[in-house]
Amino acid sequence: MTAAMLEVHDLRKHFPVRGGLLRRSNEVLRAVDGVSFEVGRAKTFGLVGESGCGKSTLGRSILRLIEPTSGRVILDNTEITGLDATALKRQRKHMQMIFQDPYASLSPRRTVGQTLDEPLALHHPGDATERKRRVLELLDIVGLGATARHRYPHEFSGGQRQRIGIARALAVEPKLIIADEAVSALDVSVQSQVLNLLADLQAGLGLSFVFISHDLAVVQHVSHFVGVMYLGKLVETAPVDRIYSLPAHPYTRALLDAVPVATPGDRGKRLVLQGDVPSPLRPPAGCPFHPRCPEAMPVCARRIPRTIDLGQDGQPHRVACHLHDPEIDQ
Amino acid sequence: MTSPLLEVENLCVEFSDDQGSVRAVDRVSFQIRPGQTLGIVGESGCGKSVTSLALMGLLPQPAGRVVSGSVRLAGTELTRLPEKRLRHIRGAELSMIFQEPLTALNPVYTIGAQMIAVLRRHEQLSRRAARDRAVDMLRRVGIPLPEKRIDEYPHELSGGMRQRAMIAMALSCRPKLLIADEPTTALDVTTQAQVLEQIVALQQELGTAVILITHDLGVVAETCDSALVMYCGQVVEQAPVAALFDSPRHRYTQALIEAIPRIRPQRPDRLPVIPGTVPDLAELPQGCRFAPRCAHADDLCRQRQPALEQMGRSHAACFHPAGNQREPS
Repeated sequence: MTAAMLEVHDLRKHFPVRGGLLRRSNEVLRAVDGVSFEVGRAKTFGLVGESGCGKSTLGRSILRLIEPTSGRVILDNTEITGLDATALKRQRKHMQMIFQDPYASLSPRRTVGQTLDEPLALHHPGDATERKRRVLELLDIVGLGATARHRYPHEFSGGQRQRIGIARALAVEPKLIIADEAVSALDVSVQSQVLNLLADLQAGLGLSFVFISHDLAVVQHVSHFVGVMYLGKLVETAPVDRIYSLPAHPYTRALLDAVPVATPGDRGKRLVLQGDVPSPLRPPAGCPFHPRCPEAMPVCARRIPRTIDLGQDGQPHRVACHLHDPEIDQ
Repeated sequence: MTSPLLEVENLCVEFSDDQGSVRAVDRVSFQIRPGQTLGIVGESGCGKSVTSLALMGLLPQPAGRVVSGSVRLAGTELTRLPEKRLRHIRGAELSMIFQEPLTALNPVYTIGAQMIAVLRRHEQLSRRAARDRAVDMLRRVGIPLPEKRIDEYPHELSGGMRQRAMIAMALSCRPKLLIADEPTTALDVTTQAQVLEQIVALQQELGTAVILITHDLGVVAETCDSALVMYCGQVVEQAPVAALFDSPRHRYTQALIEAIPRIRPQRPDRLPVIPGTVPDLAELPQGCRFAPRCAHADDLCRQRQPALEQMGRSHAACFHPAGNQREPS
């Protein structure tokens, strides 16, 4: 029995890409390339990174919504990777996903009641009265009234639809929820309502979350532990207060620096990263961040940095950067 | 003080279909001087994008139309201008960039072909001179190897590069006013920072006035001189950015600023929220439109609509504004 709700060990997802003349060239896109982390019970792991860094692929690989290439995923002491289809189906109720656009993930032809009943009927084929009671309970938990049961998704606002998506994820009493940009499409005033709801659910039901987002302020608010992803790899992971106060990787520092500050007069002091994220098909040699890194050294172009633990008091703070490697002569 | 470049007075825009009509923009007035940056902020459905489309004469037809009010650009009334004259002004004096450049750029022409067409039309340049100007503009917006990139198609560029190409195109005829509608919303933070810096640098260099439409108050704080806050089609507050963030007057502005998730040394247990949701434009409350969601609303707010009034350095439409006393102007 370990303390962690979720353990991810050296997870990889490589997509073969066919291209070139007569589709003969076989390249491999390493969307997720050796990612390891843990999520504690009733804790939230925030996963940040820019578009194309592999964070959504990582989320889907953990749930085996897409099949990972290699690596291990262990949920509450059960290894998910390696389960056959039937066994995986049984485990699915313990892990659910919330998506960015709730409208696209809800069937427009079904009432909210039908949408919520479906996973219940699948995982707990009990009697209909019991399922109806549970549907009403779910609507109450996410702050929608009982009348919502008979209405269709288009009758709801964006924030309310996201509540329906959350209710559906909760229907099967999961242990882990992966939220992929779950509040990104919502207006500021509604976003904070949904974030508070997620916090209440965690406190009340003991849920663990993997919270995937490009918004560093939101991630700071919801997370206990944060991982920063760049080109398929976690470049830094640390407890939330530590990573926001003492970011060790130059990429983490640049990301934090780029967030617009809602205080006029603070502009003009920041470090602006040059260039775009390189194609993950042809990642740069050595450290994948070195072409954009303001602190790159000659060694960074040659050697892939190993992961160094800067943690204190048993709290890991892992960073994959030569700047922190005592064996690299600077 | 220089005279205003753009004067918008009591602009009203309605959308109608067989179900009836809704007023998406209600009595909006503001001015912008040459070289200034004005932010228009608000949540979805507040009328910020419709306002900008109305200024450009680009309201979706036939549903949307300006029902009253005026828009004057350097003295010329735009709302009653024939389409032919308006087309001459768009691109040359008034230009616009959008959230998703891929939908605004023509996928079957190269970046260069599109830029050259604009330059030849508005500036009567030779093909050679237009190409040189286009390359120069691409270089100025920070596109590496502009001589090569000019012959690429929009899909060959990354999101950030496409938005830069859009900016280069919009500014190539040196317009007096650039309207940027959520120009960085689809971009990653690091790219957003690059693109915003580029807009500010070019604006200073060319003296262009900018209207920046955004839902992101952080972007407003960093790039704008002053801002309008819109709610349900109306301007609820207008102020220089420093005043807006230091002492917001309207209760909506205040609540919105508090609700922004921001990186802070001490995390609060709960995020401040604005209860409820933005009302449907077809079912607006009778009094102040924010009253149903406002913690300070009373019977007065529910019955009458407040008018914009000067409060210190700001103008706000609120019966119970934040900040204790109304300072004399």
